[in-house]
Amino acid sequence: MGDVFVLAEHRRGEMREITFEMLTKAQEIASAIGGETVAVLIGSSVDTFAERLAAYCDKVLYIDDPLFADYNSDKYQIVLGKLIQDYKPELLMVGHTTQGVDMAPALAVELNLPFVTDVVDIIIDNGKLKPVRQYYSGKVNALFNFKGEPPYLITVREASFEAADGSKQGQIQKIDFPLKEDLDYRRFVEYVEAEVGDVDITQSEILVAVGRGLKEEKNLSIAEELAKAINADLCGSRAATDAGWLPHDRQVGTSGKTVKPKLYIALGISGAFQHLAGIKGAKTIVAINKDPEAPIFNEADYGIVDDLFKVVPKLTEKIKELKG
Amino acid sequence: MKIFVCIKRVPDTSEAEVKIDATGKDVDSSKFSFDINDADNYAVEEAILIKEAKGGKVKIVSLGDQESDLMIRMALAKGGDSAIRVEDPRINVKDPLKVAKVLAAAIKQEEFDLVLTGCMASDDGQMAVGVALAEELGVPHAAMVKKVEVEEGKVRAYRELEGGLSEVVEITLPAVLTIQTGINEPRYAPIRGVRAAQKKELKVLTLDDLKLDEKEVNEESSLVELEKLFVPEVVSRAEIIEGEPEEKAEILANKLLKGGIL
Ligand SMILES: Cc1cc2nc3c(=O)[nH]c(=O)nc-3n(C[C@H](O)[C@H](O)[C@H](O)COP(=O)(O)OP(=O)(O)OC[C@H]3O[C@@H](n4cnc5c(N)ncnc54)[C@H](O)[C@@H]3O)c2cc1C
Ligand SMILES: Nc1ncnc2c1ncn2[C@@H]1O[C@H](COP(=O)(O)O)[C@@H](O)[C@H]1O
Repeated sequence: MGDVFVLAEHRRGEMREITFEMLTKAQEIASAIGGETVAVLIGSSVDTFAERLAAYCDKVLYIDDPLFADYNSDKYQIVLGKLIQDYKPELLMVGHTTQGVDMAPALAVELNLPFVTDVVDIIIDNGKLKPVRQYYSGKVNALFNFKGEPPYLITVREASFEAADGSKQGQIQKIDFPLKEDLDYRRFVEYVEAEVGDVDITQSEILVAVGRGLKEEKNLSIAEELAKAINADLCGSRAATDAGWLPHDRQVGTSGKTVKPKLYIALGISGAFQHLAGIKGAKTIVAINKDPEAPIFNEADYGIVDDLFKVVPKLTEKIKELKG
Repeated sequence: MKIFVCIKRVPDTSEAEVKIDATGKDVDSSKFSFDINDADNYAVEEAILIKEAKGGKVKIVSLGDQESDLMIRMALAKGGDSAIRVEDPRINVKDPLKVAKVLAAAIKQEEFDLVLTGCMASDDGQMAVGVALAEELGVPHAAMVKKVEVEEGKVRAYRELEGGLSEVVEITLPAVLTIQTGINEPRYAPIRGVRAAQKKELKVLTLDDLKLDEKEVNEESSLVELEKLFVPEVVSRAEIIEGEPEEKAEILANKLLKGGIL
């Protein structure tokens, strides 16, 4: 009892960072409630992952089977369902990632588990676990209590916890998969690579980024003028690329590109966590947004709270003047 | 093809101030403007595109109050054939698993081949209802889909993964897909459609109509409870530049050029 399980996430031969972030928090929780940390690893030819994970937890439970060469939510659900019933952990942590959100809600329904998604923190209050999540794109936080009995299930937002160094020597235990054949109702077919465009924004030194605040495609010229004046490439939030103002390969964020320019100027971008994840590596961030509460200001170095249509043309003009 | 599309009316809070109300458990939504959730708008379009290509019917489902009717009529105007709205004060609409249970009960009343939802509702941001709904219906699913190819008895769904990579999965029908924004270009409702939509069927159902026991979906039945809402700690390290727009522009230009940033 009191054990904290973490689903190890990996894709195409690489462990994903969220795994170690969750294991760090799991360690803190397990210590507080008197349990062990257990990494659950499901894959094919993943011995080295198991060894690596052992440095971050008390135990690695793992399945190594060609049936798991590629991620499949339904197969994961079957495995985790069985593990939960066999081991009865206090808590199972799954990434709030494209893998996790495709599986966890179904598992919660199947086993009738107390379930909270997109958790950004877990407060331990007198031995009770209280997850924190957000509403309205980060404008409000919410503290939850689990009412039902454990096991509890949560999905954890990426970068909510910092991954610590692993210095443990956990036990490694291989387990049998309860299913022997591939599923006929959901089949992995292939990966399709992201499209490649004319400019690789991951290499850009200076970026001007536009968001929904630009309102219409024809207003793009305002951003283009600024970009021209400072020799920047253009990129955007998902709202800007979904609207077709910019090609998809110019999208910054979790489902787009991770950029690392020395200067990032965000125009009319609110700063959803999916967007912010893509600009963590930017050296200087400038945000121009008329909403003082926009989360982008939490990440920015310089902020202007104002109408971008008033400020940006002036900014371009001043920069041109100063440059002479 | 019989396609169901789940849509939710959500507030646009991107420019609004979000204030916690006196109960400490909800926000004051009196000043918000509401419309169909972004991803759901794409789901409606995708359903209509599939119907146009393969034939069939599109049925809109929403759990919400009467004010949702306007949004529902717009979806009908674009090409939806009929709609169900579920409204019952006993339902805990804040619990995505309860929402999924109710939507499943509404959909299960009829035969279906495909159910589309958005991948995320922008207000609560749960990213849970679609996949939970699939489990309630006992059918396969794929989440975060940005391209769909319907074949005989199955679909190929292109799931969007991190970093622009996608994964193609093949799932058998009937199935649930949660639709990601950007999958298509949502149309505007034609005037003619708006008029026609007024005559299309929009059934309003309660828990009793769905034969759901309130003990399965009310607040008491939820396994998690909200303790309180609170304003996130401001971690801003931004230097906010003050003044008239022109002054701000000038100060920033100076900082960028003379501060060695540019
Ligand atoms: C699975 C998933 C993956 C995602 N991946 C990404 C991703 O990779 N990248 C990404 O960006 N998003 C991603 N999103 C979407 C993300 O959640 C947000 O919806 C999106 O980032 C919002 O874009 P935005 O900031 O441009 O628009 P909004 O959130 O609508 O913000 C517009 C902003 O413009 C401001 N504004 C309006 N008018 C003006 C004006 N005149 N002057 C100044 N400011 C103004 C407003 O105050 C507001 O803050 C993803 C979502 C999901 C569900
Ligand atoms: N009240 C509702 N009525 C109809 N559909 C809903 C409702 N709530 C959520 N959904 C659907 O589920 C999707 C995901 O919502 P969520 O899990 O809350 O992020 C939405 O995009 C909708 O398609």
